[in-house]
Amino acid sequence: MSKALSEIALGEIVIVESITHPYLSNKLIEMGMQAGTELELLYKAPFGDPIAICMHGSMISLRLDEAKYIHVSSIPI
Amino acid sequence: MKIALFGNPNTGKSSMFNLLTGLRQQVSNFPGVTIEKRSGTLKIGDQKHELTDFPGTYSIYPHSLDEEIVCQVVTNPTHEDFPELAIVVVDASNLERNMLLFTQLYDLKIPLVLVLNMWDIAEKNGVKIDIQALESVFPGTPMITMNARIGLGKERLLAAISTSKRAQELSPFYNGFFPCPIDDKDAQKQEMQDRYEKLRAILPTIQGKKSSVKSTFSRKLDAILIHRFWGYFIFSAVLLIIFQFIFAFATFPMDWIEHLFITLSTWLSGALPQGVLNNLLTQGILPGIGGVLMFIPQIALLFFFIALLEESGYLSRVVFIMDRLMRPFGLNGKSIVPLMSSVACAIPGIMATRTISDWKERLITIIIAPLMSCSARIPVYTLLIALVIPKTYVFGFISLQGLVLFALYSLGLVAALLLALVLKKFIRSKDKGFLIMEMPEYKKPRWNNIMISITEKIKVFVWDAGKVILAISILLWVLASYGPSDSMSAKIKSVKESALYKKSTEPQKETMIASAKLEGSFIGITGKYIEPIISPLGYDWKIGISLITSFAAREVFVGSLSTIYAVHDENERHENLQTHLKEARRSDGTPVYTLATGASLMVFYVFAMQCMATLAVVKKETKSWRWPLIQLVIMGIMAYVGALITYLLLT
Repeated sequence: MSKALSEIALGEIVIVESITHPYLSNKLIEMGMQAGTELELLYKAPFGDPIAICMHGSMISLRLDEAKYIHVSSIPI
Repeated sequence: MKIALFGNPNTGKSSMFNLLTGLRQQVSNFPGVTIEKRSGTLKIGDQKHELTDFPGTYSIYPHSLDEEIVCQVVTNPTHEDFPELAIVVVDASNLERNMLLFTQLYDLKIPLVLVLNMWDIAEKNGVKIDIQALESVFPGTPMITMNARIGLGKERLLAAISTSKRAQELSPFYNGFFPCPIDDKDAQKQEMQDRYEKLRAILPTIQGKKSSVKSTFSRKLDAILIHRFWGYFIFSAVLLIIFQFIFAFATFPMDWIEHLFITLSTWLSGALPQGVLNNLLTQGILPGIGGVLMFIPQIALLFFFIALLEESGYLSRVVFIMDRLMRPFGLNGKSIVPLMSSVACAIPGIMATRTISDWKERLITIIIAPLMSCSARIPVYTLLIALVIPKTYVFGFISLQGLVLFALYSLGLVAALLLALVLKKFIRSKDKGFLIMEMPEYKKPRWNNIMISITEKIKVFVWDAGKVILAISILLWVLASYGPSDSMSAKIKSVKESALYKKSTEPQKETMIASAKLEGSFIGITGKYIEPIISPLGYDWKIGISLITSFAAREVFVGSLSTIYAVHDENERHENLQTHLKEARRSDGTPVYTLATGASLMVFYVFAMQCMATLAVVKKETKSWRWPLIQLVIMGIMAYVGALITYLLLT
C-alpha cells in the first residue's frame, strides 16, 4: 500500500518506494535515500511541519511539501 | 602544498580545521564569488602548508550557493584553489553516505587522506570497520581514525599527509561517465545511484552489521526542545537570557573603551601641535576608530551565545521549530541565525545568509536584517529613553524604560516580518527554497571552536564595517569642520560677542566655539536646509545635523548632539547632555525634547537605514547596487512615515 511520507504516523517505520520530487530528488539521493531505504518518523514540529525522520542512523528534517514526493510503504510484518 | 578539507556537513570538519590550524586562520573570499573561504596555515615539521576549508557537501553536485564552490574547484584543475591534496572527513558511524563524496573525489584523481572521524562514537555504537580492507579498495589513500574534537589522531594524520600519493594510473572507483555536467540532473542521479550500489556491495565485508543504537539522551532532549509548547517557550527563554546577559555585561566594557578613546583623544590633542592634522586625528580618526571598537564586547557576547547554540546542536532544532513560522513571510527556518546575528551587527548576519540556498529567501533575509535593532542603536535608544521616558514602574516591578526598550526591539522585528511579507509578493524568483537538513546529535560545545568562531566574526566586523565607518567618519569630520568661509566666521564671531561666552570658563568657551563652527559648516547648513522636511516629525535643525552624521554610524548621533549643544561631558553617562537636552527650547519657548519628539526619534532610528557599512556589504552579497538602494529608500520611507505617525499620535 503506497502512501506519501507526509502522511505517515509518528513512530511509523516505512520503506521508500520511489522519489518523484520535481527538483530535489538528487538532494535526497545524495543523502542516501533510494528505493528500499528504511525510514522512521521520529518527530513532527509544532504545527506538524516540518518532520524529522531517521535514515541510516541520522536524523533528517524535511518539510511536508518535500516529503509528499517520497512514496513509501509499510514494512511487511 | 595546497591542502583542501572536504566532507559531509556535521562530520566535525570545522573542529578538524581548527585542530590543524589553530589561530593561524583567516577568512577571505573565493575569487569571483561571495563565498567565504576559510584558510589557514598547517605546519608539519618545518613545512608550512595552506589548508582551505570547503563548505560541507554530500556530493560534488551543488544544491546551494556555498556548495557551488566545491564543484567549481574540484572539477577544474586550473582553478587557483585546486588542491594538491585533500583531506576527506568522514563520520565513521555513517560510512555509506559519507563515502559518496569520497569516491567522487577519488575519481577526480586528487591525492586523498581519509579521516574516519568521531571514531569514539562509532566504537560506542558497536561499529567495526576493517580499515585494511577499505584501504585495499582505494589504494594510495591513507586512512586514519580520529576524534578531532579532542585532537586524538592528529599526529597520525600529519604523518599520513606526507605519505599520500595518488598515482594517476590507478583505476577509478566508478567506471561510468564522470563528472557529469552541472545541469544534467538525470546523469548525476544515475551516477550517484550507481556509486551507492557499488558501495553497498563492498561495504558489508568492510564494516560489520550496524547495530542501530541511537542516543537516548538526544532523543529525550529533542522530545522537549521540539515540543509544541515547551519548544517555543524554551527558545524564548533562551533569547531572553541572551539579551539580558548582553545588556548587563556589555555596557561596562563598552563605556570603558569609549572612555579610553576620549582620554586618548584629549591627550593627543594637547600633545600635538594645533592644526588640521591634530583635529583630523583627534576629532575624525580617533572617534571613528573608538566608535567601531566599542561595540566589540557586545558583538562578541552575542556571537558567543550563537556559537554555543550551534556547537551544541541546538540551533538546528531552532531552525526546525521556526521554519513553519517563517515560511509565510517568504523566509526559511535557516533565516533565524542571520536575523539573530543582526541584533549584534547586521554585517556578519547578512554574511551568514550564504547557507540559505534559495535566492529569494536569502534576498528577503538580507533586506530585512538591518531592521533587527543592532548594537549601534543602543546608545541612541538609551539616551532618548532617559530623556523622555520617566523612571517609573509598571505593575510595581517592570521598569517602564525597560519596557519601552523592549518595545523598540519588537517594533524592529515586526517591521522586518511585515516587510518580508511585502517583498515576498514583489520579488520574482524561479528557484524554490527547501529545508532538507540533517540534525546532528547533541554534543558538549568545545570552547576552542567557540573562541575561534567569535574571533572570526569580530574580525569581519572590524575590517568590513570598521573600514567604511572610519572612512565616513573622516568625511563627515571634513564636512563638519569646514564650511563656506563667511558662514563659519560669522557664527564664531557672533558667539564670541555673546554675553554667555564672556562669562564662560575656558573649556566651555571651546565647546561653544565648536558648536558655532558646526553650525556654520557644510553639515550645519544642510541641517538647516532640511529643517522644513523634518519639522513635521518634531525635529529641529540641530537634530537634523545629528541625523545626517548618523549615516557614518548610528551611535554618532549622541556625539553630534554633544557638539551641537556645546556640551562637554567628562564621562560616557552623558548626564550633562541629558540636562542640556531637557532644557533645550524652541523659538516659541516649548521644550524641544518632548515625549512626542523623543518617541518620534526613537521610531526613526528603529527603521532608518543609516549604516553605510551595511549597505556596502549588501552590495557585495547581492552583487549590485540595486538592492542596497532599494533597502535605503524603503527603510527611509518607513522611518519618515513611522516617525510622523508617532509624532502626530503623541502631540
